[in-house]
Amino acid sequence: MLSQESLQQIDREIAKYPPDQKQSAAMAALRIAQVEKGWLPNELIEFVARYLGMAPIAAFEVASFYNMYDLEPVGRHKITVCTNLPCALSGGVHAADYIKHKLGIDFNETTPDGKFTLKEGECMGACGDAPVLLVNNHHMCSWMTTEKIDQMLAELDKK
Amino acid sequence: MILAGCDGDRTWRLQDYVARGGYSALKKIVADKVAQDAIIAELKTSVLRGRGGAGFPTGLKWSFMPRSFPGDKYLACNSDEGEPGTFKDRDILRYNPHSVIEGMAIAAYAMGAARGYNYIHGEIFEVYARFEEALAEAREAGLIGQNILGSDFSFELFAHHGYGAYICGEETALLESIEGKKGQPRFKPPFPASYGLYGKPTTINNTETFASVPFIMNMGGEAFLNLGKPNNGGMKLFSVSGHVNRPGNYEIPLGTPFAELLEMAGGMRGGRKIKAVIPGGSSSPVVPGSTMMDCTMDYDSISKAGSMLGSGAVIVMDETTCMVKALERLSYFYFEESCGQCTPCREGTGWLYRVVHRIEHGLGRPDDLDLLNSVTTNIMGRTICALGDAASMPVQSFVKHFGSEFEYHIENKKCLVPPEVQYAGSQIYVSPSC
Repeated sequence: MLSQESLQQIDREIAKYPPDQKQSAAMAALRIAQVEKGWLPNELIEFVARYLGMAPIAAFEVASFYNMYDLEPVGRHKITVCTNLPCALSGGVHAADYIKHKLGIDFNETTPDGKFTLKEGECMGACGDAPVLLVNNHHMCSWMTTEKIDQMLAELDKK
Repeated sequence: MILAGCDGDRTWRLQDYVARGGYSALKKIVADKVAQDAIIAELKTSVLRGRGGAGFPTGLKWSFMPRSFPGDKYLACNSDEGEPGTFKDRDILRYNPHSVIEGMAIAAYAMGAARGYNYIHGEIFEVYARFEEALAEAREAGLIGQNILGSDFSFELFAHHGYGAYICGEETALLESIEGKKGQPRFKPPFPASYGLYGKPTTINNTETFASVPFIMNMGGEAFLNLGKPNNGGMKLFSVSGHVNRPGNYEIPLGTPFAELLEMAGGMRGGRKIKAVIPGGSSSPVVPGSTMMDCTMDYDSISKAGSMLGSGAVIVMDETTCMVKALERLSYFYFEESCGQCTPCREGTGWLYRVVHRIEHGLGRPDDLDLLNSVTTNIMGRTICALGDAASMPVQSFVKHFGSEFEYHIENKKCLVPPEVQYAGSQIYVSPSC
């Protein structure tokens, strides 16, 4: 269900923990699985659970508790904008509005071509970089003026 | 101190840290076989207080660890920085990761822990990846791992990546999360020092706390204390955000006047008037700007002003800010991030958000302020962890200091601050130096 490369990555995570604590690698394993498949359908969560020797429900609890896991399909590029107070004071909400306008979608929606999903994020611990957003969970973009947003969307559109 | 001599993304590697004097403290401790008690005594002298928010004396915390316990003992570093306004640990980890690694190795030596984890906030994956690289460098150089620097001291250190849950900054939720579970806080006691990770004695400290340790060992506890002021030892990183000209991290001695910090951050944006400051992260009570201008940045002074130094996250708001709207956003955050375990917090944070939301949207009722007060008093002190209190303190303090704005909203169904003024004040702003 997962590539050899992903399984090797998961094995490296398992090795960080005591031999009888494989479940500790659940968060990392779900992240790696999501990176490969784009989102986490139930079968994938079950696969990860079995790989780690834990109950599927326990893995599902983890997947549903932490908000960066996607339990439903998302567009090819998921953009998460922080609108929390410190960011909002420096334009976080305006940046989000600008992206909504450009893509023609609201939060929690995906463009009809399946390229972009927009999410509202909570504090990313980078308030000094406001407006700040995440691309596909792992790439942080700082100081997002409208010009930089235009540039970012144009680059992502090509991928 | 921690960020001194660092040049952004260019100087985070092992060789750069060593050139700045890094790992000299660890090397000396291992070579001289310094007694564990002596390290803890030095920390107590330094009056280093936990930099994550609670301000608990680090030396005292370390002394709680049962060093003679024969089995496994663990260390955990809390880099799950997600308190709105706080962004200091991210800079420490990306610009000086080895200071954290050295601090943790010294802590492991002092407490007899053989294994440690650094729990890194989910949204900063790139920083997590860099920390993994730094760990590999340290392992390669024999600074962590088996038989450190040829001694009989061994300490294995790993990074654990979070995936988006504010609550995991609570120390027992963080442990649950490392165990591969939902991050729901544990009931205390037992405290982590007796029942921590995998049920073993564990000490958890904040990133900045660990990063301060090598500097304290090098300069001595007394000298560190004297950098700050009595009972408030040392330097501290302050994350300044909001309506200032240069948002960013500023590492200054504890006891520095707030006015000086504000000046370092470039002063108020557009020369506008300061209205309010949240001095220690979103969970700390808001303080009117005029009161704040008379404060110094240390635990005692901020506490006297009715708030908390917390994590050192200073959110500055100017006169264009609607305080009801500001509180609405914060209340939504706590509602969203409550883990759902305790009823008063799970239900109460929803009530707080919905009531503030309806006031902001012109649907407030005359007794809503009493209702908010009643909900907060029914949350506070009735939950397993501090998130419930953290959600309540902003509400109480916003209503206390800016009650007239809330009343105006309820009576007139609109903001006291005109919408166009708010709109102009919250435009996208990026400092020219970025």
